[in-house]
Amino acid sequence: MSRSRSASVAKVAGAAPVFAALGDPTRLRLVARLSVDGPLSITRLSEGAGVTRQAITKHLEALADAGLVQHNWRGRERIWELEPRRLEMARRWLDRISDQWDAAIGRLRAFVDE
Amino acid sequence: MITSTDRIEKEVYLRAPRSRVWRAIATPAEFGAWFRVKLEGAFAEGATVRGTITYPGYEHLTMEMVVERIEPERLFAYRWHPGATDPDVDYSSEPMTLVEFHLDDADGGTILRIVESGFDRIPAARRDEAFRMNDGGWTEQTQNIERHVTQP
Repeated sequence: MSRSRSASVAKVAGAAPVFAALGDPTRLRLVARLSVDGPLSITRLSEGAGVTRQAITKHLEALADAGLVQHNWRGRERIWELEPRRLEMARRWLDRISDQWDAAIGRLRAFVDE
Repeated sequence: MITSTDRIEKEVYLRAPRSRVWRAIATPAEFGAWFRVKLEGAFAEGATVRGTITYPGYEHLTMEMVVERIEPERLFAYRWHPGATDPDVDYSSEPMTLVEFHLDDADGGTILRIVESGFDRIPAARRDEAFRMNDGGWTEQTQNIERHVTQP
């Protein structure tokens, strides 16, 4: 796929649902769990989550709508896993602000060192 | 890593006494010198201080800081709109992030910890905006400065 400008603009516009989907503690925990433990069944994801399987399923579907997770079938059970590229995109905004702080700190360092 | 979408934290050692670092942060003229903004007014708790960015290429932008807390030589905190880079957008109704500068003594210098928090409350559309506006430029700039400050 070519990395044209229109493709990159489309990618940026696509980041909005990612942030919306992550703006919930349960969903954030699910994403964290999947990033550490890899592909997991709903049964495993519900363990110790303090919410019902149905609620977990709903959250996973919301995350899937935002392109953050996907599932494969194993028999009659869905196995959920992260879709890492979308997460990467969501992180870039924060990374950029973080870079700005690094630059500002570099200037502050030079300033107080004078 | 993914659990920290709400905050950015930086901790650095500066080879200058705490009083010097405090002055560089808590006085508008000195803050503006390294942050690259020309601020008008004085820092006082509850005060809103406005300024014009002096960073080359970004001079058409303004910024606004609402001073939250001043504990001399220990803590300076303000709220602002992060990456508010579009002069045509009114950001005033949107949630702000909180920026805190924590100062501590260290051997022959100062430990400065900067925490910016509250990103999770920023509307998704705004993040897209900032993402689009800033793409590229800062990364290169950071690398330049990194090279500069890491020289012995």
